[in-house]
Amino acid sequence: MPGKKIFISGDEAVAEAVRMARPHVISAYPITPQTVTVERISDFVEDGSLKSEYLHVESEHSAMSAAIGAAAVGARTFTATSSQGLLYMAETLPYASGARFPIVMMNANRTVATPWALLSDHRDSLSQLDSGWMQVYCEDAQEAFDMILQAYRIAEDPRVMSPVMVNLDGFILTHTYEMVDLPDQEEVDAFLPPYRTENRMDLEEPRTVCYASLDEYMEFHMKQEFDMRKARAVIAEVDRDFGIRFGRQYGGLLEKYRCEDADAVIFTLGSVTGTVRSVIDSMRGNGYRVGLVKMRFVRPFPEDEVVDIAEKVKAIGVLDRDLSIGYEGIVFSNVSSSVLRACSAPAMVNYIGGLGGRNISKDNIQEMFLELLRAADGEKGKRVRFVNVGSEYDG
Amino acid sequence: MADRLITSAKELSNSEYFYGHRACAGCGGSLALRLAMKVLGPRIFVAIPANCMSATSFLHPQVAFSVNCMISPFPATGAVLSGIEAGARALGLKDYHVVGFAGDGGTADIGIQALSGAIDRGDRVIYVCYDNEAYMNTGIQKSGLTPYGSKTTTTPAGKNFPGATGRKKDMFEIVAAHGIEYAATASIGYPEDYLRKVSKAALCQSTSYIHVLAPCSTGWGFPVEETVEIAREAVDCGLWYLAEYENDEFVLNKMPKEFTPLEDYLLKQARFRHLKERDMEHIVHGRDKKWEKILKNWK
Ligand SMILES: Cc1ncc(C[n+]2csc(CCOP(=O)(O)OP(=O)(O)O)c2C)c(N)n1
Ligand code: SF4
Repeated sequence: MPGKKIFISGDEAVAEAVRMARPHVISAYPITPQTVTVERISDFVEDGSLKSEYLHVESEHSAMSAAIGAAAVGARTFTATSSQGLLYMAETLPYASGARFPIVMMNANRTVATPWALLSDHRDSLSQLDSGWMQVYCEDAQEAFDMILQAYRIAEDPRVMSPVMVNLDGFILTHTYEMVDLPDQEEVDAFLPPYRTENRMDLEEPRTVCYASLDEYMEFHMKQEFDMRKARAVIAEVDRDFGIRFGRQYGGLLEKYRCEDADAVIFTLGSVTGTVRSVIDSMRGNGYRVGLVKMRFVRPFPEDEVVDIAEKVKAIGVLDRDLSIGYEGIVFSNVSSSVLRACSAPAMVNYIGGLGGRNISKDNIQEMFLELLRAADGEKGKRVRFVNVGSEYDG
Repeated sequence: MADRLITSAKELSNSEYFYGHRACAGCGGSLALRLAMKVLGPRIFVAIPANCMSATSFLHPQVAFSVNCMISPFPATGAVLSGIEAGARALGLKDYHVVGFAGDGGTADIGIQALSGAIDRGDRVIYVCYDNEAYMNTGIQKSGLTPYGSKTTTTPAGKNFPGATGRKKDMFEIVAAHGIEYAATASIGYPEDYLRKVSKAALCQSTSYIHVLAPCSTGWGFPVEETVEIAREAVDCGLWYLAEYENDEFVLNKMPKEFTPLEDYLLKQARFRHLKERDMEHIVHGRDKKWEKILKNWK
């Protein structure tokens, strides 16, 4: 298949990338807003353009379990879910990562009940931050397409051997149409060679995978942690190689936008990044020294990069589209712990916004920046603010 | 690779594929695994969820399997088996079997959804439920296959309750209702019947299911040398039955001329020793009703 540019949604972009990654086995259970992805993949399997085994499983728990079974014989696997589905499969996530199976999963970010709701936030995926999976968040359909391909390269790298969750904001990304550049299949094959591993059951040399361990339990997980640290360099390496081959590069663990001389920066995840970019462009036009840090990977966490940023700016805002009820935003907690390692102590404000799909407008973002700039000048304010709610609710 | 019917222990391989595990003396479940693997091995992929068999045999670095084997999430045996089979198919592997061994709880309760899904997809996997009639690994709690009157740690027998008060789910018939290619019940007390059924399952082109009664000396409370005898008696007294389902038909394999006394079977086991006469009557009544149905509807 030669490369081409087509007008597709985020869900479809993921399906196209899966077709080009050629997994052996796909097992998935439908949930809005992931459904279009698995429907398109089913079409590809039906029309023969994707030669994969498609397992119609009866739940998300089984979707991941089947992927684990397939990975255990050395197959490349794919699954996709969202929200309640991700929580339903939660038990199986550490099974996959602990067994060091490089499964790739798309998660369409959607909030979790109750109140029951369909729209997007990051409460689903961030609740699984400790599951041993890498987590990457995409800004647009092109990045989603590219990250599926990169995810396989990163996950299957012998230095890493850990699964990856590729996150797309529900509806905002999954259902919005954009022009997406699809590369040539041959180029993809050169970038992503067939998966080969020793970490599998083998008819010629039988072995056990996924076993129990009492005495060496700590060592297994230490190894997992050390390999996940190595993944940081692999992510950067894969991003560079992708850039050379396809002309698109994302910055690896995180991307800094107009941070050079910034006094205040906002950290974002996912689709809201685009809105923040445009607010920065217009504020910069008016002389405000503001910048953006687009967190791409939350696991492995871009520790050193965050320390570096913290040493250069006076105020950091973290825009969390999640909330660990009883404390603060999950990304904020993570960023704060790295900021502590910095030689300076920038002001820190946590903005909780967009829960259950609540809009985050340009005006909201401009207000955040103005508040952060005041904090940079020493004004004391609240640690946690709620965005786009009546003032009587904001703390 | 099992490619023909096996009807006698003499035909079995001398190789051991499940060896050195830490199950209790007198464990029926470990016998069920060992025999089935002798029929199917060595080119097999085995998945076992959380249960006594995995807990006593998967401990790295002393894993008790000499064949390919993996732990499955407790509720997901059916799905893991499907995944293995799909992966093996996609990779073009040849001449192998995919087999799962789950307990009664892992099959009839938490794992029933994944089992149903696997049968629905028709993946070529063999699912063996070894039934010891309770959650043994966690300390003898009641499962959906614990029979009436059985004392477990969550159905204690006392002034108000005779132990478990439910009715053992008809897993065999639930599985058959999916229109599965082949399903059978068995007992480790009738090993040759069991071996034949495992070898028959191995010949299937889609999902097959074997439900083998596997007494547990620890949970049932009987001397460790009596496992096989108890497993036989369960069939002889009519509380268990040997049957097959294929081509839309149920076939009874063993028609007892008359049942051996039920009290003998029950009172040998600590879990039933507290039963009063009216409980025994309840059990007899349940057994007779079941057999009425069997004799009316099965060949
Ligand atoms: C999701 C989940 N819930 C509960 C458990 C705890 N658990 C482990 S083994 C087991 C009992 C298994 O019983 P059964 O399937 O009947 O097999 P047996 O132990 O009797 O051989 C339970 C409840 C678990 N491992 N996972
Ligand atoms: S408790 Fe029962 S089933 Fe478990 S190992 Fe012991 S005898 Fe076997």
